[in-house]
Amino acid sequence: MSSIGTGYDLSSSTYSPDGRIFQVEYAFKAVDNSGTAIGIRARDGVVLAVEKLVQSKLLVPGSNKRIQSADSHVGVATAGLLADGRHLVTRIREEAQQYRDFYRSKIPGKVIAERAAGYVQAFTLYSSVRPFGISAILATVDRDGPQLYMVEPSGVYYGYKGTAIGKGKQVAKTELEKLKLGELSCREAVKEAARIIYTVHDDVKDKDFELELSWVCEESGGRHEFVPKDLAAEAERAAKASLEDEMDED
Amino acid sequence: MDHFPGNWGQPRSRDDHVFSSTDYFPGHNAYDVGSRAASGPAQRTQQPMVTGTSVLGITFKDGIMLAADTLASYGSLARFRDVQRIIKVGDSTLIGASGEVADFQYIEHILETLTIQEYDHDDGQKLSPRHIYEYLSRVMYGRRSNFNPLWNSLIVGGVKDGDRFLGFVDLQGTTYQSSTIATGYGAYIGQPLLRKAVEGREDELTEEEARKVLEDVMRVLFYRDARSLNKIQIATVTAAGSKITEPYELQTEWAFAEGVRGYGA
Repeated sequence: MSSIGTGYDLSSSTYSPDGRIFQVEYAFKAVDNSGTAIGIRARDGVVLAVEKLVQSKLLVPGSNKRIQSADSHVGVATAGLLADGRHLVTRIREEAQQYRDFYRSKIPGKVIAERAAGYVQAFTLYSSVRPFGISAILATVDRDGPQLYMVEPSGVYYGYKGTAIGKGKQVAKTELEKLKLGELSCREAVKEAARIIYTVHDDVKDKDFELELSWVCEESGGRHEFVPKDLAAEAERAAKASLEDEMDED
Repeated sequence: MDHFPGNWGQPRSRDDHVFSSTDYFPGHNAYDVGSRAASGPAQRTQQPMVTGTSVLGITFKDGIMLAADTLASYGSLARFRDVQRIIKVGDSTLIGASGEVADFQYIEHILETLTIQEYDHDDGQKLSPRHIYEYLSRVMYGRRSNFNPLWNSLIVGGVKDGDRFLGFVDLQGTTYQSSTIATGYGAYIGQPLLRKAVEGREDELTEEEARKVLEDVMRVLFYRDARSLNKIQIATVTAAGSKITEPYELQTEWAFAEGVRGYGA
């Protein structure tokens, strides 16, 4: 952490002499401390999966969701500060509704990603605010088919066939690269997503986690929904089984 | 967005605008609207322009059934002949509208907004027909209280958790619930026929019988109402969900016209 003590990391409105904005880089650290989230763009839809680390056994199961709906056809998974995620989704909802009011049609994935990223980027410009401590994965199906975007704390956003954020992003990305993402169906993608989350989970450092699985696809009628209970349970079972197989091989 | 951080968090800096989604549309907020004096005194809609005629609603054994034709008239001109005047709201509610078609399209929009907001909450709760009816009646009454009514008579019908619901609300915010409801011209000619066919038999009428009742009354209305059309849609909602038929034609009989003085030969 050569930046500490230099005085260039106190504000996101000041560059360091070599052209970096440390506050934004710290925001990335906040994301990397979080449980993994992945997005897969399949042939007929998009799947989101989150490794939600459970802070306390006293919490009601299913609380503090990290996958949220921003419109009927827009799902958002976040990694990083939970509250920042909620704030960004509130904004994304406003943007989606504003688009609906103005154009009387569903906001396209490209547009919602651009607007979300624009908002995040504004928080990298001023000394009076702090950058978002989250990366967000946006899943939509629009007229052009399934769309997957990821927005980073810097305000940068790209479209992806598959992406991962949080603690296990490196391992998750190598797993995603092995898949034939253009050919996968959503049902298959759900299983792969569950398997990857289980693979990535480190049960030495982190104890408990809940698996959140959602999709936007033909089967859900173009709506963003949590994956039906039976399919989610099946995917989770298969994920655990494949993990045990790996253990036996070792 | 206010790009001057110095203004942020100041008590009088219109703080609520700092994070407003209207940023992309300058002139969208009230502060930018110029003087209204040039346009003279405020004026309100005095009459509807493009209108739909009667909607019928009845209760039957398994749920609720609505019927309406697909005509949108421009005055007495049959201007648009394939306008759907019954919509689904969620899985368990139907709404049929007579009156201003543009206002109904706006109502459709605000109900879609409401549905999405409820869905986003992700609390496992779903809007019931009674919730939607209550919301709609507050909107209608609120608008009339601002002297700017939505020019419609609406029928809300639905089934949720075994509870059948059929309610009426109009441009004045008047509400009532009944096992048979008819709007517009149908309130005069259709309602008595519906009452005779349905009242006291709400728990006996089958889906087929209910459809027959509505088709018969729609046929009577087509004979008598000069703003009606013989192309109709019937919508059904039961515990299993809701469906709206494609528009189809009613069979009518005109041979008697020969004998009508001043009409036939």
